[in-house]
Amino acid sequence: MSVHDITLTVNGRKVRLTVKSNELLLNVLRDRLLLTGAKYGCGIGECGACTVLHGRECVLSCFIPAVCADGWEITTAEGLSKDGKLSVVQQAYVDKAAIQCGFCTPGMVIASTALLYENPEPDEAEIKDYFRGNYCRCTGYAAMIEAVKVAAMRMKERGCDDEEL
Amino acid sequence: MNTMIIEQEFEYVKPGSLFEALDILAQTNNVKIYAGGTDLIVKLKTSGINMDAMMDINGIPELSELTASGGNGLVIGSAVKLSRIEKHPAVKSNYSALFEALMSMASVSVRNMGTLGGNLANASPAADTAGPVICYKGILELMSRSGIREVPAEDFFISSGVSAIRPDELLTRIKLPAVNKNTGAKFIKTGRVKSDIAKVSFTVVIEREGSKIKSCRAAAGSAAAKPVYLRTVSESLKGRIMTRELITETVDRIAGIIEPIDDQRTTAEYRKELIKVIAADAFSKAWSLSGGKLI
Repeated sequence: MSVHDITLTVNGRKVRLTVKSNELLLNVLRDRLLLTGAKYGCGIGECGACTVLHGRECVLSCFIPAVCADGWEITTAEGLSKDGKLSVVQQAYVDKAAIQCGFCTPGMVIASTALLYENPEPDEAEIKDYFRGNYCRCTGYAAMIEAVKVAAMRMKERGCDDEEL
Repeated sequence: MNTMIIEQEFEYVKPGSLFEALDILAQTNNVKIYAGGTDLIVKLKTSGINMDAMMDINGIPELSELTASGGNGLVIGSAVKLSRIEKHPAVKSNYSALFEALMSMASVSVRNMGTLGGNLANASPAADTAGPVICYKGILELMSRSGIREVPAEDFFISSGVSAIRPDELLTRIKLPAVNKNTGAKFIKTGRVKSDIAKVSFTVVIEREGSKIKSCRAAAGSAAAKPVYLRTVSESLKGRIMTRELITETVDRIAGIIEPIDDQRTTAEYRKELIKVIAADAFSKAWSLSGGKLI
């Protein structure tokens, strides 16, 4: 089996790692970089618990070999807050109590952030469609949909550009 | 089955050029192609496919190109992500059935990773993009060190999981020719929820001339051991005046032709009933999109 030197930029910090060809990005983030925000749920791309940002797009770290992510800029839920202040999306999730057990929350927050990067004013149907890939088995989604709407509204009110998401 | 890790060990190679990639394919046994990984990695985790090496094609510039070709056709590199294709303005306006198929697939995250090349080369009978690519007369470009073959999409699929690609060949581009005026198209699939793998899917592209069908191409997914081009039905419609009766007669014929199976998603019997409904819907919508009136 081959081993490879890779460079990742994770939450703004550049890290160099040596990985085996079959090592998954999710396990590198969790076990080696100790970023346990992204979760192992199904392992086959169904549930979205492992969602992270690649640039501004959401991807599923449970089925990306880490070696394939060489050179990527990755953001996990830990990287959303700046200087101890929650991101707009995170704060909206807190204010709308869009959390119960919390297992899906990091993936949901990341997916919501990716949605607002792509579409700053999503309607309810667009939010629901985006959540197709993120399973939540406790909230019933209603509070999360509200949280995304609130985040979008606050962005607009403040005239924030999406750098501040 | 442990889906937390990939148990299997393999070599990883990432060629920087097409030439290098074709060399690797010619010289290495049992190489699998990694484009988006959304099928390959799941298979590695769940069904333990045998692979000695994984070749990542994301470092080959030509394969990540998505270009409008002369006469408004489209050339899609095999490593172009599905989400990039769905956002291309020409796809929504000129290849609406392909757009509908893309939007029906999986989730945004999966479409940010998966590729059209992978969806086709994986040769699943349920591949959502297969029907539209067949109906739009898509050509698949296969390259090896011995040359280039261009295979029409309808001849590309052999059986479940088996395509016309030889082990030394790489799917490099998918070419969609320009679509003529007065053409309407529709893709419809059914599943329990939107992102499901299709119970059955149906695509039709109709070119209209007055009240007559100038040409028509229809294809069905999850309806046989491979995505199927409904050749005889499609060709028999040429020159016919489009009516409700013709649609009813046609969808009954289609239900008689397809050879679906019973599986975890539904039964063969139900698939035969279901295809009549979605095909009738697709025919009438495509006809109206082509500017035709249904009589």
